[in-house]
Amino acid sequence: MSRPEDVLPPDLFYDDNESRKYTTSSRIRNIQSDMTNRALELLDLRSPSLVLDIGCGSGLSGEILSAVPPEHGGPHTWIGMDISPSMLDIALQRDVEGDLFLADIGQGVPFRPGTFDAAISISAIQWLCNAETSDVSPEGRLRRFFEGLYASLRRGGRAVCQFYPKNDAQRNMISGAAIKAGFGAGILEDDPGTKNSKLYLVLTVGGGGLQGDITGVVNGMDDVNILDARRKAMEHGKMQLPRKGDKAWIMRKKEQMERKGKVVKQNSRYTGRKRRPAF
Amino acid sequence: MKLITANFLTCAVKGCKASPASFPLHFRDAELELQELDFQPDFIRNIVPRIDWHALQIMANELGFPKILDKKPEGDELKDEQILKELHRLLLETHINEGKLTCGNCGHEYLIKEGIANFLLPSHLV
Ligand SMILES: C[S@@+](CC[C@H](N)C(=O)[O-])C[C@H]1O[C@@H](n2cnc3c(N)ncnc32)[C@H](O)[C@@H]1O
Ligand SMILES: [Zn+2]
Repeated sequence: MSRPEDVLPPDLFYDDNESRKYTTSSRIRNIQSDMTNRALELLDLRSPSLVLDIGCGSGLSGEILSAVPPEHGGPHTWIGMDISPSMLDIALQRDVEGDLFLADIGQGVPFRPGTFDAAISISAIQWLCNAETSDVSPEGRLRRFFEGLYASLRRGGRAVCQFYPKNDAQRNMISGAAIKAGFGAGILEDDPGTKNSKLYLVLTVGGGGLQGDITGVVNGMDDVNILDARRKAMEHGKMQLPRKGDKAWIMRKKEQMERKGKVVKQNSRYTGRKRRPAF
Repeated sequence: MKLITANFLTCAVKGCKASPASFPLHFRDAELELQELDFQPDFIRNIVPRIDWHALQIMANELGFPKILDKKPEGDELKDEQILKELHRLLLETHINEGKLTCGNCGHEYLIKEGIANFLLPSHLV
């Protein structure tokens, strides 16, 4: 089965129809929200922050940033960039709180140096590996994106990008481009080796040291490590986790239930969205 | 687009970021709207040190606001609820719904429709 990234450029793939299907599918909503909560844990924001949402789509990831309760350091204010007008249109209809931009992250990140406390990206940056025209290469697009992102984060800031590389070459191309741009980088893998495996590229900007959290596994992330995330261990760690009974907790529980019933049905590495038939 | 966002935006055209004339971008034909949002004093305190106050004065002026504070609030002023509330209103509740942002260096115009600015560039400008 082909990946959507190999079929069409993102703004054409996410047309009105696909964007609507994507946003209303409860399966997709659950997966995206689970991954967003995980990325938030890794960002470990302790006070209301200004966050860039890269490839924000219809706002499934962003709305979770707006909903973080004060006990957990929120709510956060976010700015979203996306290349698909249809996705952004749905975000508008859903009345999300973040500010939205129609922009191609492969063209850079048009913000002043040190603008953001943090950045988050859920299921988007693998699209940079597919260059649409002959005058832009994936390497050039990745370079502009990571250099722009690096500059736009404040020192000590972090970015967490969950992504779906097609293969190891893509995974290395992406993490390599991040390191070249100056980031301290690590890759964290949840449920490694399973169909639900999820990769998180964790990036730090000078001094955003990760020691002390992620239960100390991520020491000296100045190179790319592959880390086995043991969720159980994490749950007893220092991280701010949803508290029993609050909204985030209930959402997480729901997702866990979902997951139990879903494992068998998911038969591809690319579990984040529905596919349209390739023609 | 919230006014806070405009305070951080730069021209995306190749080479423009390096030129002082490219910041801030300038509003043209802007239509404004107030969208109420929960007051978040902690967020305001976090973000104010990063605001470019001179750029904020220029933009507020272009948008036809009465004069804003001459100097960026700091220290004890950031404990003053009245000041924080005014900043909240200006930065987070003031939206630019329609209009353009133009670059003072290269002249590029970024259209804003339904609050969404279009920053897509033709490839020769990247
Ligand atoms: C799977 S969706 C994820 C959306 C959202 N983050 C979520 O979790 O629901 C991937 C998004 O990445 C966007 N995207 C792909 N390539 C992009 C690019 N070059 N610049 C900006 N956005 C891009 C797509 O338009 C799409 O909305
Ligand atoms: Zn310019």
